Amino acid sequence: MNAFFALVARDLRLAFRRKAEVLSGLFFFVVVAALFPLAIGPEAATLRHIGPGVLWVGALLASMLTLPRLFENDWRDGSLEHLVLSPHPLGLLVLGKIFAHWLVSGLPLVALAPLLGLQFDLPSDALGMLALSLLLGTPVLSCIGAIGAALTLGVRGGGVLVALLVLPLFVPVLVFGAGAVEALNSGLGAQAHISILLAMLLPAVFFSPWACSAALRIALE
Amino acid sequence: MTMRWFYYAAPQTFYGLAGRLWPWLAALALALTLAGLWVGFALAPADAQQGEGYRIIFVHVPVSWMSMVIYLAMAFWSVLGLTFNTRLSGMMTRALAPTGAIFAFLSLWTGALWGKPMWGAWWVWDARLTSELILFFLYLGYIALTSAIDDVRRADRAGALIAIVGAINVPIIYFSVKWWNTLHQGASVSLTRSPSMAQLMLWGMLLMALAMWVYTLAIVCYRVRTLIIERERHTDWVQALPEVAGAKA
Repeated sequence: MNAFFALVARDLRLAFRRKAEVLSGLFFFVVVAALFPLAIGPEAATLRHIGPGVLWVGALLASMLTLPRLFENDWRDGSLEHLVLSPHPLGLLVLGKIFAHWLVSGLPLVALAPLLGLQFDLPSDALGMLALSLLLGTPVLSCIGAIGAALTLGVRGGGVLVALLVLPLFVPVLVFGAGAVEALNSGLGAQAHISILLAMLLPAVFFSPWACSAALRIALE
Repeated sequence: MTMRWFYYAAPQTFYGLAGRLWPWLAALALALTLAGLWVGFALAPADAQQGEGYRIIFVHVPVSWMSMVIYLAMAFWSVLGLTFNTRLSGMMTRALAPTGAIFAFLSLWTGALWGKPMWGAWWVWDARLTSELILFFLYLGYIALTSAIDDVRRADRAGALIAIVGAINVPIIYFSVKWWNTLHQGASVSLTRSPSMAQLMLWGMLLMALAMWVYTLAIVCYRVRTLIIERERHTDWVQALPEVAGAKA
């Protein structure tokens, strides 16, 4: 467990030394959210209707954009090989990397989304639900995306390839994440959606490090 | 007995087997297709509600079935490849993927052609259509990943992993999309019709489904042979093959 926390601390420190990389994903999220009203028109009713979906897709794309960074730098300077060779279970270390990555690139999205929701004229309870669904959904995105990032390590055209591999797998999270806010707005209550998001989160956290380790071993052999 | 199981797992022995099998399978596929089309288009009666337009079912349904079966087959070979580390499994998965992608695309295409006269729309966001579309994306992802990696062994293993992850996700995607759709609107269009089919319609569809199965086996055998020759070209037995030695001379 010490190795886990040490790795999380290391990755966080590295991330804070390269702030531009961290902020670019967030900035992308803000810009994309601002583009939709410009394209669709400023009617408050329309915006309120599309808001949750747009913000969810924006968060999904933003967290996908930062995925290549997850293993790429460690792979380049050789420290990834040391992680694989270390006596600690690789799954635990990978989980640490995913967790640190989520803290840096997923959690800020969760914090920022309600603010952007104000631009879409979302009511306050919908803002809370948006943040909650993202809080449960973005870790799943990180977990699934990590598999894609590990598989495309050092591969030609890695960034686009990750999108092609990972976006179809993001569909269930998107459906229930955006659906939670929709359900709340339409008065159905979002409890079922939240439960299902949680039900996706647990197996994702459990299986993803395992699949990632296999993918990393394939990539490094 | 165990030895016999793995006898054809060696590319060299499978090359010969596939070479003997594929012409017969191709001929059988052609015969079954002709029979299926004849039953479907000449013998089967017109549908009470849909008239003649329903006849695309004889292509649409078998093609959709196969697109799903092939993904399962890919996952099966992937599990086999990752556990036993056999070279042939990777080649089988690679050989299946293009056919699966084509079938998924044809399923969407024929579905659109059927949907336009029957539902009045080329596309509706029905659960089945959407999950078929995502299945098509999964095929494309697999093909893109395996063709982006130059090292064959790594490509096979990485592809196997993504095929398995995809196969686990397919049911989740299907049910989430299904629920998403029912939340948004009532099922205005349902693909599952309860009225029982005329006997001849069923026969036509089964014949066509069988034809697609046999076609898949034939094309996979053919494609695996190409992959084997390509990858084993450094070996003596490939160099000694009449088709390789003959082409060089």
